[in-house]
Amino acid sequence: MVEFDAIYAIWLREARVYIREKERVIASIVSPLLWLFVFSTGIGGSVAGAGASYQAFVYPGILVMSILFTSFFYGLYIIWDKKLDFLKEVLVAPASRSSVFLGKALGGVTDAMVQAAVLLIVGAAFIVPISPMALLYLIPVLLLTSFSTAALGLFIGADMTSQEGFALVSNFVMWPMFFFSGALFPLQNISGLLRDISALDPITYAVDAIRVVLLGTGAFPLYYDVGVLAVFAAISAALGLTAFGNLQQTK
Amino acid sequence: MSPKTPAARTRKPQMDSGRPGPARADKGEVVIQTSKLTKRFNGTITAVDGLELEIRKGEVFGLLGPNGAGKTTTISMLCTLIRPTSGKALVAGIDVRSDPSGVRKNIGIVFQEPSVDDLLTGRENLDLHGMLYRMGPEDRKKRIAEMLDLVGLTDRADDLVRTYSGGMRRRLEIARGLMHRPKILFLDEPTLGLDPASREHIWKYIKLLSQEQGTTMVLTTHYMEEADLLCNRIGIIDNGKLIQLGTSDELKAKVGQDIVRLRGEVDRQKLGGLKFVKKVRQDKEGSIEITMTDAAKNLQALLGACGTLDSVQVREVTLNDVFLHYTGREIHREEGEGGWGERVMQWGGQRG
Repeated sequence: MVEFDAIYAIWLREARVYIREKERVIASIVSPLLWLFVFSTGIGGSVAGAGASYQAFVYPGILVMSILFTSFFYGLYIIWDKKLDFLKEVLVAPASRSSVFLGKALGGVTDAMVQAAVLLIVGAAFIVPISPMALLYLIPVLLLTSFSTAALGLFIGADMTSQEGFALVSNFVMWPMFFFSGALFPLQNISGLLRDISALDPITYAVDAIRVVLLGTGAFPLYYDVGVLAVFAAISAALGLTAFGNLQQTK
Repeated sequence: MSPKTPAARTRKPQMDSGRPGPARADKGEVVIQTSKLTKRFNGTITAVDGLELEIRKGEVFGLLGPNGAGKTTTISMLCTLIRPTSGKALVAGIDVRSDPSGVRKNIGIVFQEPSVDDLLTGRENLDLHGMLYRMGPEDRKKRIAEMLDLVGLTDRADDLVRTYSGGMRRRLEIARGLMHRPKILFLDEPTLGLDPASREHIWKYIKLLSQEQGTTMVLTTHYMEEADLLCNRIGIIDNGKLIQLGTSDELKAKVGQDIVRLRGEVDRQKLGGLKFVKKVRQDKEGSIEITMTDAAKNLQALLGACGTLDSVQVREVTLNDVFLHYTGREIHREEGEGGWGERVMQWGGQRG
């Protein structure tokens, strides 16, 4: 059962808290730019013969990375809520756990989309032209990626009580997802085990989809990428919903 | 019939003081009922052990017990925050296991730890609460104004909760707990850690709510005076079991009515033989403490049974004595001598 007013209430709270924590707003604007600069200028310059084309090549990877990290780390806030005891207030409300979960996940999506917007503006201005039509394709891909990783983060956060533990687990989950996704290198050039692992990584398809839309080249057709992402989103949402359904007072 | 019936002597008026007799148990519908309610953690630690409880509409019910007795666990089960291991609990006539969200609609909770979001303003916290309880925008606006007024936070409503004092946060929690007009309000240690002025403030609201709105309330506390002041009925819980139940006066009468403290030549055996003496014990300083019924009538006889005395003190039994009597005895049986005093000290330490 899903109640839209409850989802809105939870989302509104997340959005208000986000805006009030100035550090978070600043971090969401500065960090993607930093990544963009480091990767596209620093590494791009050192890769012989890559130059401007590597900048464009790595841009979808940075966009996905930014979304992956922000959305996934949103799971941390559920632990924060437990610490604050605010979670109890939400858990004893007559709103269903599904609504609480969706409201939370949408909060994570909002956070990630602020970063994505910054990157899209900078990217369109300096790196690769983004047409309105391309944007129309990009937005669902970005939303799907963000929602599935936020759901995954909340799934992991729901069962944990320490923020340090969450950070540790995220490193084991997020970094491999990022590195094997082909964000930094073209998948067509690799083979064997590495390629198989990449094929299993859902983030691969997010990066690939954006490359298809922006650069016109990719390892898979767009519909295939989006299809895999949709399945990933469904699985993460199911995991997150189950974890939230089981949430109980912990102390 | 004389207007001065014995019932008029009771110090604390009951909700149903207009009707005499022992019929209290038959009045009002039962709003909370548990049977064999049990919670075990990790399969081994039994926090609540076969609890049987009946709470009626309009009652202010106090759940007393030492720390770790199972008070918060009981409340958490009734509020659907944790699932019972076994047994049954009906809250507002709804089973907490089969329809938790049905229960949630009918209850309000004031938590032991503040659970308001300190990055939101007081008004935003209440508004969020109203939305979660599916109140319409107009209703929310009206009710927020009423609640803020009730707890005296109107002029601070638009400040971030971060800037509130502990007492103000607790008041905001109470306002929030009542925001959606719950049938039953649970208060878990509502005045824990507050300064005396804030505590009196909170007590005032609780009394007001009980008297004017007739809200059924269940509160846990280990402040005895709080329970004495607010509760119609009190249940003492220890080791997860309900060990005593009754009005404050009933509980006191069970232990005795007065406590006499003597210093001097006292024959404990002889005193113990008197029929109005309930309990005789020697405290650490060597004084003899006698728990007895009706000191006004029997003091003469008591003193007559003693030799020369250096000092005599008489006081009424307080809920404190009741609490120590029952929870102390449990410890005594388990740990032998010494456990009692230790427990008193522990308990005394917890109050700060």
